[in-house]
Amino acid sequence: MASTSAAQTEHLRSDSLARVTRFVGRVLLYGVLVFMSLWFIAPLFWMFMSSFMPLEQVGVFPVEWIPRVWQPENYTDALKFWKFGTTFRNTMIITIFSLVGDIGSCTLVAYGFARFRFPFRDTLFLILLATLMLPFAVRLIPVYAAYDAIGWIDTFYPLIVPNFFGNAFYIFICRQFFLGIPQDLLDAAKIDGASEMRIFTQVMIPLAKPAIVVIAILSFQNSWNDFLGPLIYLKDPDLHTLAIGLYKFTSLPGQGGIYNQQMAASVMMVLPVLIVFFLFQKQFIQGANLSGMKG
Amino acid sequence: MATAFGSQFSALRRRRRERWRDLSPMRKREAKFGLLFIAPWIVGVLLFALFPFVASFVLSFTKYNIVAPPKWVGAEHYEHIFTDDPLFLKSLKNTAVYVGGSVAIRIVLGFALALLLNTKVRFLGLWRTLFYVPSVVPIVALSIVWLYVLNARAGLLNWFLGFFGISRIRWFADPDFAMLAFLIMSTTWVGVTMVIFLAGLQGIPEEYYDAAKIDGANMLQRLRRVTIPLMTPTIYLNVLINIIGAFQVFTQVFIMTGGAPRDATRTYVLHLFDHAFQYLPPQMGYSSALAWILFMIIFAFTAVIVTTSQRWVFYQGSED
Repeated sequence: MASTSAAQTEHLRSDSLARVTRFVGRVLLYGVLVFMSLWFIAPLFWMFMSSFMPLEQVGVFPVEWIPRVWQPENYTDALKFWKFGTTFRNTMIITIFSLVGDIGSCTLVAYGFARFRFPFRDTLFLILLATLMLPFAVRLIPVYAAYDAIGWIDTFYPLIVPNFFGNAFYIFICRQFFLGIPQDLLDAAKIDGASEMRIFTQVMIPLAKPAIVVIAILSFQNSWNDFLGPLIYLKDPDLHTLAIGLYKFTSLPGQGGIYNQQMAASVMMVLPVLIVFFLFQKQFIQGANLSGMKG
Repeated sequence: MATAFGSQFSALRRRRRERWRDLSPMRKREAKFGLLFIAPWIVGVLLFALFPFVASFVLSFTKYNIVAPPKWVGAEHYEHIFTDDPLFLKSLKNTAVYVGGSVAIRIVLGFALALLLNTKVRFLGLWRTLFYVPSVVPIVALSIVWLYVLNARAGLLNWFLGFFGISRIRWFADPDFAMLAFLIMSTTWVGVTMVIFLAGLQGIPEEYYDAAKIDGANMLQRLRRVTIPLMTPTIYLNVLINIIGAFQVFTQVFIMTGGAPRDATRTYVLHLFDHAFQYLPPQMGYSSALAWILFMIIFAFTAVIVTTSQRWVFYQGSED
């Protein structure tokens, strides 16, 4: 009897000990999560806040987070030097055409790989996966020289046209998706006498919408954020994209120290991407997953 | 995708080669349509992968400045790179530091954060969003913001380190710290790796953990014997992707330092880019030689990782 109660108190003690460790563990866990969130968000938060600060406040140490005076004119001042309208329009043109090219070509090619049997299909698909590992630096110079030879420097073509010939990664995503669509649906359409092209456009494409949205987002992000491409292909300031415009703006003579305007300009470039991100968060996360998960 | 590679290889081995003339008329028709559908990619791979791949190899043996036709110089560039270009070794070393550091950060920190978020934490979606947001920000804007975060006099990082009694570090003026600054900045993209790992962790069936618990495994043992082995395919693929990416680090370095101070942040692709697009006259041939050496290095790393992966990557039963 005595031994049982001893065992019971022992049990109780370890139980409350477990509860305390659990509690401490949870506090630590949320502490780390909050710290890491601040680590990731602080630079962006500061970018936003300092874009409204008077210049003399930006360089203050210790760092200040809230503008002493809210100065929205930082934005209008930045726009005096930076042709936002032109660069925005150029970026939109490149982004939209690339998007159309990516979606069109990648769904077609993915469908070909997913639904037809032909000699060397698997070898070709393996080559497709292998091109993902080819460093861009190796392709850079011959491709540049070729565009130069056909007079495409200072046009949008080098940034748009390649997207009409399929992107290995997007094709991969789309093919995985097509493979998951039941064959019965296609057979039914075939029995009804639909042509291959009709099956593709009227049966497969509507079903593949989730995959297409993911590709669209990746493609949008790619064009919007691209720096190296516009940097080497677009020399004429009237053709600059947002990314190049922003870079040139911050490297203008005399712009070196005007951080509040630089941040205002950065906010203007970042905002559209953030809006798209918050609208399509699920697809962004899916896109990241597909790029790093087994197929 | 790692498994996709694997299954592609085994499919190749299994299937006996089909020859065109052995196909029935129906199968011929099917094959024609298939090839028609993939035609855009076939053209694309010839134009944008095979052609530049071969051409840059040929160009690496020539002097080429875009304006005049290439002039054959044999292995001169390679000789020069290995014997007379101190910046080649320097940039390679800087890049190696970035590859080692940033890949370690992304994998270790990404995995750790994913583990934390996989403990039935509250507001999972919120944390995931907060960790992921910085990686969708365009790199030009990120570079401008981080220039200020890393500002020696009034930057956020020095302000933060001040709480730990660390006196101001002159990140981009001190060659010893400049590369470290880029490594710290590379935490920005940890969210991507974290999201991928988290999805992997969520796919591990609860029964495995229950079984391990019944066998008396504690948390660390469960991590070592259940979680990590099951995650090796994802870890493997992410190590591979991140290494290939990190070897080509360029944009933030180009915008933020251009290689300064004293070439302490001159990365390999920056060096290559300068030869092709900054120096006058452009040295496209030399740059191509640099590009091919980079390709060989990346290829060697990929080959080593892929071949050793059989030893440490664990695949469950049958895959697809």
